[in-house]
Amino acid sequence: MTELVARDVRVAAGGKVLVDAANASLRGGELVAVLGPNGAGKTTLTRVLAGILEPDSGSVMLDGEAVAALPAAARARRLAYLPQNRPLAWPNPVRDVVALGRYAHGGTLGRLGDADRRAVDAAIAACDLAGFEDRSCDTLSGGELARVHLARALAAEAPLLLADEPMVALDPRQRFRMAGHLRSFVDDGGGALVVLHDIALAARIADRLLVMNDGRVVADGMPRAILTERLVADVYGVRARLVERAGHVDVHIESAL
Amino acid sequence: MTARTLNTVLLIASLVAIVLACLLGSTDMGIVRVLGAFLGAAAPGDSIVVLDIRLPRALAAYAVGAALGASGAALQGLLRNPLAEPGVLGVSATAALFATFALYYGLSVAGAFVVPLAAMAGALAATALLAAAAMRIRSIVTLILLGVGLSSFAAAVMSLLLNLAPNPFTLSDMINWALGSVANRSLADLVLAVPFIVAGLAVLYATRHGLSVLTLGEEAAAGAGLDLGRQRVAVVLGAGIATGAAVGLAGAIGFVGIVAPHVVRPLVSHDPARSLLPSALLAGIILVFADVVVRVLPTTNELKLGVVAALIGAPAFAWIAVRRRAVHD
Repeated sequence: MTELVARDVRVAAGGKVLVDAANASLRGGELVAVLGPNGAGKTTLTRVLAGILEPDSGSVMLDGEAVAALPAAARARRLAYLPQNRPLAWPNPVRDVVALGRYAHGGTLGRLGDADRRAVDAAIAACDLAGFEDRSCDTLSGGELARVHLARALAAEAPLLLADEPMVALDPRQRFRMAGHLRSFVDDGGGALVVLHDIALAARIADRLLVMNDGRVVADGMPRAILTERLVADVYGVRARLVERAGHVDVHIESAL
Repeated sequence: MTARTLNTVLLIASLVAIVLACLLGSTDMGIVRVLGAFLGAAAPGDSIVVLDIRLPRALAAYAVGAALGASGAALQGLLRNPLAEPGVLGVSATAALFATFALYYGLSVAGAFVVPLAAMAGALAATALLAAAAMRIRSIVTLILLGVGLSSFAAAVMSLLLNLAPNPFTLSDMINWALGSVANRSLADLVLAVPFIVAGLAVLYATRHGLSVLTLGEEAAAGAGLDLGRQRVAVVLGAGIATGAAVGLAGAIGFVGIVAPHVVRPLVSHDPARSLLPSALLAGIILVFADVVVRVLPTTNELKLGVVAALIGAPAFAWIAVRRRAVHD
């Protein structure tokens, strides 16, 4: 089973430490939610894990190999990455954007091989995009576009997926749909690390929470084990009420502190 | 329409355009005499007009158009901006500057090849600088700004040279060349330039799938397995070599590198990879026809191809800029 492990990661830029002494891991079959306020270092840590950004110190190993040392295509076949900014340069059809996820497999637009086509079809089906294949991406709603980007990442058929705020600016229904797509990816054996802002949603869907504050990982564990009203207050500066119900932790944010 | 159909149509249109360019001109020859010249069965005068004047000129216009069209399409893919063109990175301007230097110092008397060679040297100097910078600069906007700076500086030095031109003949030479033209190009000129154009286009063609994946943005493209540094260097080099050779052959001809990809893109699902080849073919056709217009217009002084291209291209550029509808900026 594929395993991604970061040890003692430190990233500094412009005299500011963005991530410090961070440990993180992700393996197949688990959904990890990364939580933390703005500027906590979530995006930086995700980029380091994805091998896009080299840390100043510390290591990121993918099954025992340094991620940064892997050739870009070999890395992308094992580690799909969905960044926070997802600007599309051209109004391409949905199917073509999803097919770009096959780049690391040598899949090229307009001339996909059988394996590529199967992966693209599966990703389109997994993200409920059937019927949208020929739609131009600039005619889609925010929720539809978010699913297209997720499908693009899933089309790579990488065992691990890192997604930076895939649900930002989505309405509640779209958030739960996205969560459902991520859950089925994980249930099929994939490992997903997802940066989220919605504490309640994270507590509900994640197998494990990784809570960051000021560049450090301040808690890492099952939602029930680590989530406390004290932690939420310390990290987010809000008063929250936690209720355990049916095996889940329900998080109710009540006020700013 | 598939990319293959489009390419076939454009390829046939290219042949038609070049044959038409051999048929049309200030001397009305008729199809029989032109075909006779091709088959070696014409009067020596006809043969000279068709094979030594019209054909090289048409081929030069086509090669220059192809180089600029493909370079434009590739740079637009790399910079993710439909308004990019070889001029944006300052490659054309630097090539033009080096060629103007050669004219200014009268080096052109040393041989017909000096000016084209100087243009290529200039383009390669600019691309080498940009390639070195591309490896260090993360932001493509910074790279564009560097190109704009390079372009402005080259234009300033060029104006200075025009200002200080030693005599009217040199000045007229420099202006003629700076305006862009394929008049009086010989097969020898083509033999010098075309291998560079082909080499540049081959490099660009090899980068095409990287251009596709850049649609997602640089961060996501890198995440999807693209080696960003290599992609940038390859596109800048390919576009630089092809553009330098084109400027060396015909001088500065603008805008065709913007217009052709813009027309082609909707026909190939906006895929930068599939727009590369048709952009080259269409830009070649456009310049061949523009050059035919230049030749058959009954003006006292023949219009310069670069001027006609700009008269058509600049309004098109403005139109594309205003109508630009990016999914995201």
